[in-house]
Amino acid sequence: MPYKEYIVSNAINETGQQGMGRFFLSAGCDSIAQAVRKSALAAVWFAFLTFPILVIRVNTIENTIVWRWENMAYIAVAIFLGSFVWRWLLARKELKLDKDHEETPSARLLTTIQSHPVLKFAALGVVALLAGLYPQVFDLYQTNIMISCLVYIVLGLGLNIVVGLAGLLDLGYVAFYAVGAYAYALCNMHWDIGFWFMLPIGAALGTILGVILGFPVLRLRGDYLAIVTLGFGEIIRLVLENWGDVTMGPSGISNISRPGFFGMKMTISDSTIYMYYIMIGLLILTIFSVNRLQNSRIGRAWLALREDEIACQAMGIDKVKTKLLAFALGATWAGMAGVVFAAKTTFINPASFTFWESAMILSIVVIGGMGSIRGVIAGAIILILVPEYLREFAEFRMLLFGAIMVLVMVFRPQGLISAKRKVYTYTATNGAGAAHE
Amino acid sequence: MEYFLELLFGGLTRGSTYALIALGYTMVYGIIELINFAHGEIYMIGAFTGLIVAGVLTALGFPAASILAIALVCAVLWAAAYGYTVEKVAYKPLRGAQRLSPLISAIGMSIFLQNYVMLSQTSDFLPFPALTPQFDFMKPFGSIMNSSELVIVVATVTVCIGLTLFIKFTKLGKAMRATAQNRKMAMLVGVNVDMVISATFIIGSSLAAVGGVLIASHVGQINYFIGFIAGIKAFTAAVLGGIGSIPGAMLGALVLGLTEAFATGYVSSDYEDVFAFCLLVLILIFRPAGIMGKEKTQKV
Amino acid sequence: MRTKLHLIVLCLVMAAMLAACSAEEKKADEKADVQTGEVAPAAKLVLGVAGAHSGDLASYGLPSVNAAKLVAAKVNAAGGVNGMTVEVVAQDDQCKPELATNAATKMVSDGVKIVLGHICSGATKAALPIYLESKIVLMSPSATNPPLTQSGEYPNFFRTIAPDDAQAALEVAFAKGLGLTKLAVIHDKGDYGKGFATFCKEFIEAEEGMEVVLFEGVTPGAVDYSAVVQKIKSSGAQGVIFGGYHPEASKIVSGMRKKEITIPFLSDDGVKDDTFIKVAGEYAEGVYATGPMDFSTNPVYQEAVAAHKAEFGTDPGPFFPEAYSAALALLKAVENAGSTDYDKVTEALRTQYVDTAVGSVKFDAKGDAEGVGFAVYQVQSGKYVEIK
Repeated sequence: MPYKEYIVSNAINETGQQGMGRFFLSAGCDSIAQAVRKSALAAVWFAFLTFPILVIRVNTIENTIVWRWENMAYIAVAIFLGSFVWRWLLARKELKLDKDHEETPSARLLTTIQSHPVLKFAALGVVALLAGLYPQVFDLYQTNIMISCLVYIVLGLGLNIVVGLAGLLDLGYVAFYAVGAYAYALCNMHWDIGFWFMLPIGAALGTILGVILGFPVLRLRGDYLAIVTLGFGEIIRLVLENWGDVTMGPSGISNISRPGFFGMKMTISDSTIYMYYIMIGLLILTIFSVNRLQNSRIGRAWLALREDEIACQAMGIDKVKTKLLAFALGATWAGMAGVVFAAKTTFINPASFTFWESAMILSIVVIGGMGSIRGVIAGAIILILVPEYLREFAEFRMLLFGAIMVLVMVFRPQGLISAKRKVYTYTATNGAGAAHE
Repeated sequence: MEYFLELLFGGLTRGSTYALIALGYTMVYGIIELINFAHGEIYMIGAFTGLIVAGVLTALGFPAASILAIALVCAVLWAAAYGYTVEKVAYKPLRGAQRLSPLISAIGMSIFLQNYVMLSQTSDFLPFPALTPQFDFMKPFGSIMNSSELVIVVATVTVCIGLTLFIKFTKLGKAMRATAQNRKMAMLVGVNVDMVISATFIIGSSLAAVGGVLIASHVGQINYFIGFIAGIKAFTAAVLGGIGSIPGAMLGALVLGLTEAFATGYVSSDYEDVFAFCLLVLILIFRPAGIMGKEKTQKV
Repeated sequence: MRTKLHLIVLCLVMAAMLAACSAEEKKADEKADVQTGEVAPAAKLVLGVAGAHSGDLASYGLPSVNAAKLVAAKVNAAGGVNGMTVEVVAQDDQCKPELATNAATKMVSDGVKIVLGHICSGATKAALPIYLESKIVLMSPSATNPPLTQSGEYPNFFRTIAPDDAQAALEVAFAKGLGLTKLAVIHDKGDYGKGFATFCKEFIEAEEGMEVVLFEGVTPGAVDYSAVVQKIKSSGAQGVIFGGYHPEASKIVSGMRKKEITIPFLSDDGVKDDTFIKVAGEYAEGVYATGPMDFSTNPVYQEAVAAHKAEFGTDPGPFFPEAYSAALALLKAVENAGSTDYDKVTEALRTQYVDTAVGSVKFDAKGDAEGVGFAVYQVQSGKYVEIK
């Protein structure tokens, strides 16, 4: 067997012989004693590091100092224990280097299900049933946050086209989202135009804006593209904030009508449930469209663009058209999601469309797994629902959220569910070779 | 004319502010091609450490001049420590990974550090004592520029010159340039790349800490959220000048500061950020690598 | 899969350790429970607190959580409300409308009947329809947007702070009284600040002989405001009216004074806060701000501040007195009504006076607080002094 695999399997054998406990304690080090020393050093370092901010609290007016020495003790103990866990997890990650490209058992399960038509339909049926019954089983709050989650999944799928498939780092994606939301809000406020009419218009506006924003950035690469798109996002937000005559400025637009159902008057809980089903429908539409786009000619052009721009051009793919299509199609979903967002919260103001939103959507795509639809769904579920469930922890919510983001990236940099490339295998049959997907 | 001069010096101060933070961004980017979103938070931590140390020393009765010096040194020390730790925890394990993973890790780290300071200290705005000395010779110019602004500009110029000399003439500077150019080759010729990267983070964080203490002294208040806007502006400045280039960061910061000041002064303060970003877009359309950036030739 | 499990375990361990760090506050909660002397499962009255508890506006939302906790502790120590123990449940909305709707639906799902919040007018606007439909009483210590009460659409909404237009009218009248004819109106581009500034501009322009020479917004959190200061100087304004909160106000005032611009600086409720004086230091001298009528001699207020210092170790932050009063008013109304029934509670709020930290208040038909007047204050020798 190849040398690397030999070493790796030997190491695993050794740890099996030594026992899990020993491996845990001395991971990444030569002996337990050294590991303890390293942890002690780490504990001392962190105690020093956090000393001013955690331990001391000054009041410059009254010239008083409050010393909170117990915090130092907590940190020292926590880091001492935590560093063992940290080193152990890192060591396991190193050992699994080869297996990065293999699938995790859960991903393998998903693949098996998707390959067999019967299993696939059965699984889809179960998911559909769960999705359909969700609002009946859970209360208003859960349905409400699930709608938010679904909106973010649509946004993630849209950004996935730009970042995941075409490899164009877009940090100003929220601009398209804002345009969709404000278009609906303004049209509703001035001319009483309904939700269903504005939905395709919002999507169309997103497309147009995507093309407009795409033109200036054609020549830019990598991080320059990132900062310019960030600039665009900020420009749109600032215009929305300052052009009060048209956009009502920071006070926002309120009393936006919710989607109508043949003119019925609905209570808020009924409206929320209705909105949920609408979102499920839109999500199915989005997943279907993105899936078809991924496997189309333009989808392959995007993948080629992502991998190597020059080779892509050399193969005859029109770089300008491909990039513009990426921006435009990606922005369409954001425009659509914006209309839904405005209808759901019935009040919008520019503060909902800051750079942080873009960063969150980007995190959904990357943490979920770039380029993979299932990954984006997983990422959205984690990033949107987890802070809501963490409401129990109140003040520590965002702290844990940041920590979780860092940890997921460190221990699984390719994202939770990485993209699946189609694998073609050739099997020998009688006569000529045949290709099976 | 006086109005013009006032705006000019205001823009200069603003530019210096951005420059101190932008240098850290550009250095880190040059070495490991990462937009370090947590850098703004390091700036904020530097300011907080300065405040805490100054508060302790004042309560203990130290003379004013020494308070500034000691607070600066402590802020630099701790900010460097934070920069080093953040790199080791959040970026080093991701060195071989795809481009976006360290970026998301940086965003997560930024959120973590903000909330860490908010929970450990307070979410309120804290008054920051004016640590910089008031010079008598600046009194007649009071309406155009005052002492603390002068200190910021002088400090920035000193730091920039010092950094440029350091990069050009010392061994570590040479190692940094080598690592920025081609990491694998640098490793092959015997450069300790890990140490160089850590040193880059340490230097960048120290600069941010100096900026933090001086600017907080000038503005008079700090809050756990100040790193965010300062970070975005500084990063814009770094890109404007050509990211990865140190003179570019200084120039970009200056251009950005002056643009904002003049936009506010002659047009409207509402749209100052819009002007700044429009300028960025325009410059990048005509010079896609920034003002002083070098177009990276792409080899196939 | 296992790595993910371990990640989750790691997170839980970290969370547990962090929870240990907040042992101080937990101890205080336990003390409060012990003091009620209630025997085991007494009925609970949940007081919801919604607002910005994280994010950039957390410094305006967290004081209201502290206020609610202090009031709950005080009321529980005196035997609770009609025998029920008061429990405070906080929901964060980061002043974002969509999170505000999430917080509101959570309150609805948890069966909370009285809510203190939200902090920002925008978030309140988004959440009100949800509260209205579920008949939940909402009282805000800081949402000053006038249509919230004056439109009459939200009979479930009350507030212990006066709306923007009342403040603006007083401010402009006072500026006129100072003899200022040319005014520069600056705001922080936020809902509250720009709203207040826009009203000021309208009232100034309606006055004979007064004009607005500059109307501009500044970006909150920016590093440097010298350009705006220079613009104020070159506009020839005789006075500056600022709409917004104390951080920006303090930066602008210090910038002005450092550049030797001595014209009067007038501002609003968001600046009439001791934190402003602390932060601006010597430059705060002479600054005018409107605020609720003087309550520094109010015994309830003094007790509230002392309790805050004892419990949390720091001075209270913005909107603390208003939040304290709102919590007291809500709990007293439930006590007076004898139940948490929506109609009875709103009736009690509108008919019965409650002694609070901002004075003895009841609420008018639209939801604004009566008995809360407005006055202009000036910083003299480091303290806000009411100007008669």
